[in-house]
Amino acid sequence: MICSPAQKRYNKRVIGLSLIYAGLLIGAVWLFKHHAVSGPLAWIVAILPALPIIGIFAAIGGYIVEESDEYLRMLLIRQTLYGSGFSLSIATGWGFLESFGMVHHVETYWVSILWFAGLGIGQLVNRITEGSWS
Amino acid sequence: MNNRLKVLRAERNWSQADLAERLEVSRQSVNAIETGKYDPSLPLAFRIAALFELPIEAIFSAD
Repeated sequence: MICSPAQKRYNKRVIGLSLIYAGLLIGAVWLFKHHAVSGPLAWIVAILPALPIIGIFAAIGGYIVEESDEYLRMLLIRQTLYGSGFSLSIATGWGFLESFGMVHHVETYWVSILWFAGLGIGQLVNRITEGSWS
Repeated sequence: MNNRLKVLRAERNWSQADLAERLEVSRQSVNAIETGKYDPSLPLAFRIAALFELPIEAIFSAD
């Protein structure tokens, strides 16, 4: 599959942000495990791993803006709609189950993980319906 | 929408990649338009028409 210039830039940004995320997460876990942070610094360290993930959302938005190929842009937007529908549906269902005491509590960052999984589902749908992984 | 893109391309001995390069779009886009899976925007339809030196209605028609 040949990537468009916008796709290449997006891939680079996501790889970079993923590496930053891994570094920040490992660092934050280590610091908390060793009780090395407290007070306001603990808040900053705890939020740090979220920032590259937010950056990936921004990178996806940037890709949508920068992609000059309207068909590829349509496929990506469809992927993000699958991601949103999938993650919000499960989060809503789980929320009600949790509030009625049927399931245990789950951290809300799982919504992001489900959203990325939904992107994968969207990509699969694109592949099946359009014959394209893009 | 129906279109004559495949016929027009074949008349010029262009591959999908050739046409994609001339239109500055991906080969997937050309394939999706040719197979009727995707209807191009008006600006892209005008670019296609200009490339083949034909009016839009000579390339695209309603179902």
